[in-house]
Amino acid sequence: MKRRSAWLTAVGVLVTAVMLFPVYWMINVSLTSTSNMRKSPPNLIPIDGTLQGYAVVLHQQLPYLGTSLLIGLGTVAVTLVLAAPAGYSLAKLRPRGGGVLSFVLLIAQMIPAIVMAMGFYVIYLKLGLLNTVWGLIIADSTIAVPFGVLIFTAFMSRIPNELLQAARIDGAGTMRTFLSIVVPVSRNAVVTVSLFAFLWAWSDFLFANTLDGGGGLQPITLGIYAYIGNNNQQWNAIMATAVVASIPAAVLLVVAQRYVAAGVTSGAVKD
Amino acid sequence: MTAERFKTRSAVRHGDGAAQSAPSRARRARARRRAQLTAWGFIAPVLAYLGIFYAYPLYRNIDLSLRSYTLSSFITGDAPFAGLSNYISVVHSPTFAPALVNTAIFTFVSIAFQFAIGLALAVFFFKTFRLSGILRALFLVPWLLPLLVSASTWSWMLNSDSGIVNSFLQAVGLQPIDWLTSPKWALVAVLIANIWIGIPFNLVIMYSGLQSISPDIFEAAAIDGANGWQRFWRITFPLLRPVSAITLLLGLVYTLKVFDIIWIMTRGGPATASTTLAIWSYQLGFGSLLPDFSSAATVGNVLILIAVVFALVYIRARSRLETT
Repeated sequence: MKRRSAWLTAVGVLVTAVMLFPVYWMINVSLTSTSNMRKSPPNLIPIDGTLQGYAVVLHQQLPYLGTSLLIGLGTVAVTLVLAAPAGYSLAKLRPRGGGVLSFVLLIAQMIPAIVMAMGFYVIYLKLGLLNTVWGLIIADSTIAVPFGVLIFTAFMSRIPNELLQAARIDGAGTMRTFLSIVVPVSRNAVVTVSLFAFLWAWSDFLFANTLDGGGGLQPITLGIYAYIGNNNQQWNAIMATAVVASIPAAVLLVVAQRYVAAGVTSGAVKD
Repeated sequence: MTAERFKTRSAVRHGDGAAQSAPSRARRARARRRAQLTAWGFIAPVLAYLGIFYAYPLYRNIDLSLRSYTLSSFITGDAPFAGLSNYISVVHSPTFAPALVNTAIFTFVSIAFQFAIGLALAVFFFKTFRLSGILRALFLVPWLLPLLVSASTWSWMLNSDSGIVNSFLQAVGLQPIDWLTSPKWALVAVLIANIWIGIPFNLVIMYSGLQSISPDIFEAAAIDGANGWQRFWRITFPLLRPVSAITLLLGLVYTLKVFDIIWIMTRGGPATASTTLAIWSYQLGFGSLLPDFSSAATVGNVLILIAVVFALVYIRARSRLETT
């Protein structure tokens, strides 16, 4: 039995290694010097590696990273403020027509981003929101808000009614109950929704490219895109930027892995 | 509303036997109304948001597709109504057929592989062995990376001259392939990258599906002498059917929308070899110096139409799942 388990572990490690090879390759290329970049066959490990690429990132990409951080946090704030109360209402206050709203939210998630981008472009052009961070925060939040409402609804419907009744007997109004009971109890849902909202905003390329293509403040995805488009073939710099842009994902995976799994499954699996 | 309240009050004053329960009924009705008001108050922000940032852009999109907009229409603000002529010209465009076929191939092949590999991995990781949890967590990485990062990494790996994939092919004695630049392979290249990105999602969902199956069932089957293969096809797979259906449909709707990966890797090319409807729509609207928003919006709406059809299938499947 023990030997069989060791064998399974070996297979598991192998499969995972194959799956993660592109990630390794990204790191490897980011450390390869320009003179070795076109070598055939390529070096499998960064022999006489260089931090040249990372120096370029530090030199050129910091403003982009800052903008991405700002947009990510802004999107999280917008998403939470809109989604949490709606989720509470749908889960516990039984609004008439709430089912229709849930249905609309489900459909909303299926609208292709390219279609949203076109609509936003036309509207922003008129409002002067093109190439602004605010415009991008609003556009990015459209990815996360429907998801957020559905997660909050699913989570908050599991809060025992007795808890809310106790609050009401103690004289708390609906708002007070929401803020001092429901939100603290729903901490896990708050984390899950924030995590995904941040990650989606951080990773967004389509909205950034269409709505912020000429902006003074651009997110990191446009920073990488500009490198690729320049055709300067500085692949170590491109991959170094890619590595840096992956840091939030890595951090979230380490810190909040169970929330990630919760977010993935709650959309699809009912318990 | 005031009239109603007055009526109930007068009923109270008259105080005959039948009206005995009327005041409490009225109070209850008023409380219910207030509860409804509170409930909708909590929803109001999201409702306003949906109206402004979903419905209105969608409306503008439909409006665009029914007019002939040019760049100058944005300045002058006048675009002649064109009826369905944009739709007719889109369908007759030489790009329409390849884009539709590519969208179909890209979507179905992606999903088939993502699902099969994800399910196989879920079953594998469901066995208990050392490191299983950590390895499963690591599998999430491709899914969490920004799409742009994955797409650029794959572009470089599949580069004709310096890519690691071609080095590997040559090392095992095969011919190198022009992954991103030959019409025959471009779609395959973006498919490989997209399948890689989608596996974790399928793995996680199918794994949680497995967790929801009672272990007693497997035990009973094992006692009855079913081998692993039989257990999978006779027990696991049928029990996973509801979760599978939803995973597949979610995958379908998400894959239809894929833009970043294809755009970064091939820009839909060479020619139309890897152009999907989403890519085509972008090319028309933002890809050139002469944007054609009307046609772009039209293609986008065709994409929505396809997504909605599948969405309805999804919702039907979901409600059927809820009733059983």
